[in-house]
Amino acid sequence: MIYLQLFLSYLKIGFFGFGGGYAMISLIQNEIVVQQGWITNAQLTDIIAVSQMTPGPIAINCATYVGYMVTGNIWGSLLATLATCLPPLTIMLLISRFYVKVRGNKYMNGIITWIMPMMVGMMGAAALMFLNRETFIDWVSVVIFIGCLVATWKKVNPILMILVAAVAGIVIYG
Amino acid sequence: MLLQLFWTFLKIGAFTFGSGYAMIPLIEREVIDKKKWFVKEDFWNQFTIAQSMPGPFSLNTAVFVGYKMKGRIGAMVSVLGLVIPSFLIILMIAVYLTDFRNNVWVEAAFKGMRPAIIALIAVPCIKLFRSLKMWQMAITVTAALIIWLLGVSPVYFIFGGAIVGIVLTYYKKS
Repeated sequence: MIYLQLFLSYLKIGFFGFGGGYAMISLIQNEIVVQQGWITNAQLTDIIAVSQMTPGPIAINCATYVGYMVTGNIWGSLLATLATCLPPLTIMLLISRFYVKVRGNKYMNGIITWIMPMMVGMMGAAALMFLNRETFIDWVSVVIFIGCLVATWKKVNPILMILVAAVAGIVIYG
Repeated sequence: MLLQLFWTFLKIGAFTFGSGYAMIPLIEREVIDKKKWFVKEDFWNQFTIAQSMPGPFSLNTAVFVGYKMKGRIGAMVSVLGLVIPSFLIILMIAVYLTDFRNNVWVEAAFKGMRPAIIALIAVPCIKLFRSLKMWQMAITVTAALIIWLLGVSPVYFIFGGAIVGIVLTYYKKS
Protein backbone atom coordinates (compact mmCIF):
# COMPACT_ATOMS: atom_id res chain seq x y z
CA MET A 1 0.00 0.00 0.00
CA ILE A 2 2.30 2.69 -1.29
CA TYR A 3 -0.51 5.29 -1.20
CA LEU A 4 -1.23 4.73 2.48
CA GLN A 5 2.47 4.86 3.32
CA LEU A 6 2.88 8.06 1.30
CA PHE A 7 -0.10 9.62 3.06
CA LEU A 8 1.15 8.67 6.54
CA SER A 9 4.70 9.84 5.86
CA TYR A 10 3.60 13.27 4.70
CA LEU A 11 1.05 13.54 7.48
CA LYS A 12 3.95 13.10 9.89
CA ILE A 13 6.02 15.71 8.04
CA GLY A 14 3.11 18.16 8.18
CA PHE A 15 2.42 17.54 11.85
CA PHE A 16 5.98 17.88 13.12
CA GLY A 17 7.09 20.52 10.63
CA PHE A 18 8.02 23.21 13.14
CA GLY A 19 10.20 26.04 11.91
CA GLY A 20 9.00 25.95 8.32
CA GLY A 21 11.12 25.40 5.20
CA TYR A 22 14.68 24.46 6.11
CA ALA A 23 13.92 22.79 9.43
CA MET A 24 11.33 20.66 7.64
CA ILE A 25 13.99 19.40 5.24
CA SER A 26 15.45 17.32 8.06
CA LEU A 27 12.07 15.66 8.65
CA ILE A 28 11.55 15.05 4.94
CA GLN A 29 15.06 13.65 4.65
CA ASN A 30 14.63 11.27 7.56
CA GLU A 31 11.21 10.07 6.44
CA ILE A 32 11.64 9.90 2.66
CA VAL A 33 15.37 9.18 2.23
CA VAL A 34 16.50 7.39 5.41
CA GLN A 35 13.38 5.47 6.47
CA GLN A 36 11.47 4.85 3.23
CA GLY A 37 14.32 5.08 0.73
CA TRP A 38 12.00 6.50 -1.93
CA ILE A 39 14.58 8.96 -3.21
CA THR A 40 18.32 9.59 -2.68
CA ASN A 41 19.96 12.55 -0.92
CA ALA A 42 21.07 13.91 -4.31
CA GLN A 43 17.51 13.75 -5.61
CA LEU A 44 16.28 15.57 -2.52
CA THR A 45 18.77 18.40 -3.09
CA ASP A 46 17.54 18.56 -6.69
CA ILE A 47 13.96 18.88 -5.48
CA ILE A 48 14.98 21.64 -3.08
CA ALA A 49 16.78 23.41 -5.93
CA VAL A 50 13.65 23.23 -8.07
CA SER A 51 11.52 24.33 -5.10
CA GLN A 52 13.70 27.37 -4.53
CA MET A 53 13.29 28.50 -8.10
CA THR A 54 9.56 27.91 -8.34
CA PRO A 55 6.90 29.60 -6.21
CA GLY A 56 5.41 28.00 -3.13
CA PRO A 57 6.57 26.47 0.16
CA ILE A 58 9.36 23.87 -0.07
CA ALA A 59 7.45 21.24 1.92
CA ILE A 60 4.45 21.46 -0.44
CA ASN A 61 6.61 21.42 -3.56
CA CYS A 62 8.52 18.45 -2.25
CA ALA A 63 5.32 16.54 -1.46
CA THR A 64 3.95 17.14 -4.95
CA TYR A 65 7.21 16.03 -6.54
CA VAL A 66 7.89 12.96 -4.42
CA GLY A 67 4.24 11.91 -4.63
CA TYR A 68 4.57 11.79 -8.38
CA MET A 69 7.96 10.08 -8.36
CA VAL A 70 6.89 7.34 -5.99
CA THR A 71 3.56 6.47 -7.63
CA GLY A 72 4.12 7.66 -11.19
CA ASN A 73 0.79 9.46 -11.34
CA ILE A 74 -1.05 12.62 -10.33
CA TRP A 75 -3.01 10.95 -7.52
CA GLY A 76 0.20 10.31 -5.61
CA SER A 77 1.03 14.01 -5.91
CA LEU A 78 -2.40 15.05 -4.78
CA LEU A 79 -2.41 12.67 -1.84
CA ALA A 80 1.03 13.69 -0.56
CA THR A 81 0.23 17.40 -0.93
CA LEU A 82 -3.06 16.98 0.92
CA ALA A 83 -1.34 15.03 3.70
CA THR A 84 1.23 17.82 4.16
CA CYS A 85 -1.44 20.53 4.39
CA LEU A 86 -3.88 18.71 6.63
CA PRO A 87 -2.11 18.87 10.04
CA PRO A 88 -1.08 22.56 9.86
CA LEU A 89 -4.56 23.43 8.59
CA THR A 90 -6.24 21.65 11.49
CA ILE A 91 -3.86 23.03 14.11
CA MET A 92 -4.11 26.58 12.80
CA LEU A 93 -7.91 26.39 12.74
CA LEU A 94 -7.90 25.41 16.41
CA ILE A 95 -5.40 28.16 17.21
CA SER A 96 -7.44 30.78 15.37
CA ARG A 97 -10.51 29.73 17.32
CA PHE A 98 -8.80 29.89 20.69
CA TYR A 99 -6.46 32.69 19.74
CA VAL A 100 -6.99 34.76 22.86
CA LYS A 101 -6.07 31.88 25.14
CA VAL A 102 -2.99 30.90 23.19
CA ARG A 103 -1.52 34.36 23.01
CA GLY A 104 1.33 34.83 25.46
CA ASN A 105 0.53 31.50 27.11
CA LYS A 106 3.35 30.38 29.45
CA TYR A 107 3.27 26.82 28.22
CA MET A 108 3.43 27.93 24.58
CA ASN A 109 6.51 29.98 25.40
CA GLY A 110 8.06 27.06 27.27
CA ILE A 111 7.50 24.77 24.30
CA ILE A 112 8.98 27.26 21.87
CA THR A 113 12.09 27.83 24.02
CA TRP A 114 12.79 24.09 23.99
CA ILE A 115 11.83 23.35 20.39
CA MET A 116 14.06 26.15 19.07
CA PRO A 117 17.39 24.35 19.71
CA MET A 118 15.89 21.15 18.24
CA MET A 119 14.96 23.01 15.07
CA VAL A 120 18.45 24.42 14.64
CA GLY A 121 19.86 20.96 15.28
CA MET A 122 17.56 19.53 12.61
CA MET A 123 18.77 22.08 10.09
CA GLY A 124 22.35 21.23 10.98
CA ALA A 125 21.67 17.52 10.60
CA ALA A 126 20.09 18.12 7.18
CA ALA A 127 23.15 20.04 5.99
CA LEU A 128 25.54 17.42 7.39
CA MET A 129 23.63 14.55 5.80
CA PHE A 130 23.89 16.24 2.42
CA LEU A 131 27.68 16.42 2.74
CA ASN A 132 28.53 13.21 0.90
CA ARG A 133 29.94 11.83 -2.33
CA GLU A 134 26.58 12.18 -4.10
CA THR A 135 26.51 15.93 -3.74
CA PHE A 136 30.25 16.64 -3.44
CA ILE A 137 31.71 14.88 -6.45
CA ASP A 138 35.06 16.69 -6.67
CA TRP A 139 36.94 19.82 -5.63
CA VAL A 140 34.74 21.96 -7.92
CA SER A 141 31.77 21.13 -5.67
CA VAL A 142 33.77 22.34 -2.68
CA VAL A 143 34.58 25.61 -4.43
CA ILE A 144 30.92 26.15 -5.35
CA PHE A 145 29.93 25.33 -1.77
CA ILE A 146 32.33 27.83 -0.22
CA GLY A 147 31.38 30.51 -2.73
CA CYS A 148 27.69 29.98 -1.97
CA LEU A 149 28.31 30.05 1.79
CA VAL A 150 29.83 33.50 1.44
CA ALA A 151 27.11 34.63 -0.99
CA THR A 152 24.29 33.47 1.29
CA TRP A 153 25.98 35.07 4.28
CA LYS A 154 26.13 38.35 2.34
CA LYS A 155 22.40 37.97 1.52
CA VAL A 156 22.77 37.51 -2.22
CA ASN A 157 19.42 36.63 -3.83
CA PRO A 158 19.16 32.82 -3.50
CA ILE A 159 17.48 32.32 -6.89
CA LEU A 160 20.24 34.24 -8.60
CA MET A 161 22.86 32.25 -6.70
CA ILE A 162 21.34 28.90 -7.68
CA LEU A 163 21.18 29.99 -11.31
CA VAL A 164 24.86 30.94 -11.23
CA ALA A 165 25.69 27.56 -9.68
CA ALA A 166 23.64 25.83 -12.40
CA VAL A 167 25.50 27.69 -15.15
CA ALA A 168 28.81 26.81 -13.47
CA GLY A 169 27.70 23.16 -13.44
CA ILE A 170 26.83 23.23 -17.14
CA VAL A 171 30.14 24.88 -18.06
CA ILE A 172 32.26 22.51 -15.94
CA TYR A 173 30.46 19.18 -16.14
CA GLY A 174 28.47 19.57 -19.38
CA MET B 1 -15.49 37.25 -0.22
CA LEU B 2 -14.49 33.63 -0.80
CA LEU B 3 -13.51 34.49 -4.34
CA GLN B 4 -11.42 37.42 -3.07
CA LEU B 5 -9.65 35.21 -0.55
CA PHE B 6 -8.98 32.60 -3.21
CA TRP B 7 -7.67 35.16 -5.68
CA THR B 8 -5.47 36.93 -3.10
CA PHE B 9 -3.77 33.73 -1.98
CA LEU B 10 -3.53 32.45 -5.53
CA LYS B 11 -1.46 35.56 -6.28
CA ILE B 12 0.67 35.05 -3.17
CA GLY B 13 1.17 31.38 -4.04
CA ALA B 14 2.17 32.18 -7.59
CA PHE B 15 4.65 34.94 -6.81
CA THR B 16 6.42 33.85 -3.63
CA PHE B 17 9.73 32.22 -4.33
CA GLY B 18 11.98 30.47 -1.84
CA SER B 19 11.28 30.64 1.88
CA GLY B 20 8.13 31.77 3.61
CA TYR B 21 9.79 35.01 4.63
CA ALA B 22 9.80 36.13 1.01
CA MET B 23 6.02 36.19 1.19
CA ILE B 24 5.81 38.74 4.01
CA PRO B 25 6.00 42.00 2.02
CA LEU B 26 3.52 40.67 -0.54
CA ILE B 27 0.97 39.51 2.02
CA GLU B 28 1.37 42.72 4.01
CA ARG B 29 0.50 44.80 0.96
CA GLU B 30 -2.46 42.63 -0.03
CA VAL B 31 -4.04 41.91 3.33
CA ILE B 32 -3.27 45.05 5.36
CA ASP B 33 -2.73 47.93 2.92
CA LYS B 34 -4.99 47.07 0.00
CA LYS B 35 -7.82 44.95 1.37
CA LYS B 36 -7.67 46.28 4.96
CA TRP B 37 -8.72 42.86 6.31
CA PHE B 38 -6.44 43.30 9.32
CA VAL B 39 -5.15 46.05 11.55
CA LYS B 40 -1.37 45.95 11.39
CA GLU B 41 -0.81 45.03 15.03
CA ASP B 42 -3.42 42.29 15.00
CA PHE B 43 -1.89 40.75 11.93
CA TRP B 44 1.62 40.60 13.37
CA ASN B 45 0.42 39.16 16.67
CA GLN B 46 -1.30 36.32 14.88
CA PHE B 47 1.61 35.92 12.50
CA THR B 48 4.00 35.37 15.40
CA ILE B 49 1.83 32.53 16.63
CA ALA B 50 1.42 31.09 13.11
CA GLN B 51 5.19 31.07 12.80
CA SER B 52 5.66 28.92 15.88
CA MET B 53 3.15 26.31 14.71
CA PRO B 54 4.07 23.33 12.51
CA GLY B 55 3.84 23.72 8.76
CA PRO B 56 4.97 26.30 6.20
CA PHE B 57 4.47 29.93 7.38
CA SER B 58 2.61 30.90 4.26
CA LEU B 59 0.11 28.09 4.71
CA ASN B 60 -0.44 28.93 8.38
CA THR B 61 -0.92 32.59 7.48
CA ALA B 62 -3.46 31.66 4.80
CA VAL B 63 -5.40 29.70 7.44
CA PHE B 64 -5.68 32.48 10.02
CA VAL B 65 -6.45 35.19 7.47
CA GLY B 66 -9.06 33.00 5.76
CA TYR B 67 -10.54 32.01 9.11
CA LYS B 68 -10.92 35.59 10.28
CA MET B 69 -12.69 36.62 7.09
CA LYS B 70 -14.97 33.66 6.47
CA GLY B 71 -14.49 30.91 9.08
CA ARG B 72 -13.46 27.37 8.25
CA ILE B 73 -14.54 27.57 4.61
CA GLY B 74 -12.54 30.77 4.22
CA ALA B 75 -9.45 29.08 5.63
CA MET B 76 -9.77 26.13 3.26
CA VAL B 77 -10.36 28.31 0.21
CA SER B 78 -7.29 30.42 1.09
CA VAL B 79 -5.11 27.32 1.45
CA LEU B 80 -6.42 25.98 -1.84
CA GLY B 81 -5.53 29.24 -3.58
CA LEU B 82 -2.07 29.23 -2.05
CA VAL B 83 -1.27 25.65 -2.98
CA ILE B 84 -2.70 25.41 -6.52
CA PRO B 85 0.02 27.39 -8.37
CA SER B 86 2.97 25.51 -6.88
CA PHE B 87 1.14 22.19 -7.20
CA LEU B 88 0.60 22.66 -10.94
CA ILE B 89 4.11 23.96 -11.58
CA ILE B 90 5.84 21.17 -9.66
CA LEU B 91 3.59 18.55 -11.22
CA MET B 92 4.60 19.73 -14.67
CA ILE B 93 8.27 19.67 -13.69
CA ALA B 94 7.91 16.20 -12.15
CA VAL B 95 6.22 14.85 -15.28
CA TYR B 96 8.64 16.36 -17.77
CA LEU B 97 11.87 16.52 -15.82
CA THR B 98 11.97 12.76 -15.39
CA ASP B 99 12.42 12.62 -19.16
CA PHE B 100 15.06 15.33 -19.04
CA ARG B 101 16.95 13.59 -16.27
CA ASN B 102 19.15 11.63 -18.62
CA ASN B 103 19.99 14.81 -20.49
CA VAL B 104 23.68 15.62 -19.96
CA TRP B 105 23.08 19.36 -19.57
CA VAL B 106 20.33 19.04 -17.00
CA GLU B 107 22.42 16.63 -14.96
CA ALA B 108 25.43 18.97 -15.18
CA ALA B 109 23.30 21.90 -13.98
CA PHE B 110 22.10 19.87 -10.99
CA LYS B 111 25.67 18.85 -10.16
CA GLY B 112 26.49 22.55 -9.89
CA MET B 113 23.36 23.39 -7.88
CA ARG B 114 23.67 20.68 -5.20
CA PRO B 115 26.50 22.28 -3.18
CA ALA B 116 24.70 25.64 -3.48
CA ILE B 117 21.60 24.18 -1.85
CA ILE B 118 23.63 22.84 1.07
CA ALA B 119 25.13 26.30 1.61
CA LEU B 120 21.61 27.72 1.55
CA ILE B 121 20.63 25.45 4.44
CA ALA B 122 23.90 25.81 6.36
CA VAL B 123 23.95 29.61 6.61
CA PRO B 124 20.60 30.23 8.34
CA CYS B 125 21.48 27.30 10.60
CA ILE B 126 24.78 28.91 11.65
CA LYS B 127 23.11 32.32 12.09
CA LEU B 128 20.36 30.86 14.28
CA PHE B 129 22.92 28.84 16.23
CA ARG B 130 24.83 31.98 17.16
CA SER B 131 21.68 33.56 18.58
CA LEU B 132 21.08 30.67 21.02
CA LYS B 133 21.96 30.52 24.70
CA MET B 134 24.77 28.21 25.82
CA TRP B 135 22.50 25.43 27.11
CA GLN B 136 20.47 25.57 23.92
CA MET B 137 23.64 25.27 21.85
CA ALA B 138 24.56 22.07 23.68
CA ILE B 139 21.15 20.59 22.88
CA THR B 140 21.40 21.70 19.27
CA VAL B 141 24.76 19.99 18.74
CA THR B 142 23.60 16.79 20.44
CA ALA B 143 20.38 16.66 18.39
CA ALA B 144 22.23 17.33 15.13
CA LEU B 145 24.79 14.60 15.78
CA ILE B 146 22.22 11.98 16.77
CA ILE B 147 19.98 12.71 13.77
CA TRP B 148 22.93 12.79 11.39
CA LEU B 149 24.96 9.81 12.60
CA LEU B 150 22.29 7.47 13.93
CA GLY B 151 19.49 8.38 11.55
CA VAL B 152 17.06 8.91 14.44
CA SER B 153 13.85 10.65 13.40
CA PRO B 154 13.72 14.39 14.31
CA VAL B 155 10.13 13.76 15.38
CA TYR B 156 11.41 12.47 18.73
CA PHE B 157 13.36 15.66 19.33
CA ILE B 158 10.40 17.91 18.58
CA PHE B 159 8.22 15.77 20.81
CA GLY B 160 10.79 15.65 23.60
CA GLY B 161 11.39 19.39 23.40
CA ALA B 162 7.67 20.12 23.70
CA ILE B 163 7.30 17.85 26.73
CA VAL B 164 10.33 19.24 28.55
CA GLY B 165 9.06 22.77 27.81
CA ILE B 166 5.66 22.01 29.34
CA VAL B 167 7.04 20.21 32.39
CA LEU B 168 9.58 22.91 33.21
CA THR B 169 6.99 25.68 32.82
CA TYR B 170 4.69 23.80 35.18
CA TYR B 171 7.35 23.50 37.89
CA LYS B 172 8.50 27.06 37.48
CA LYS B 173 4.96 28.19 38.26
CA SER B 174 4.48 26.20 41.44
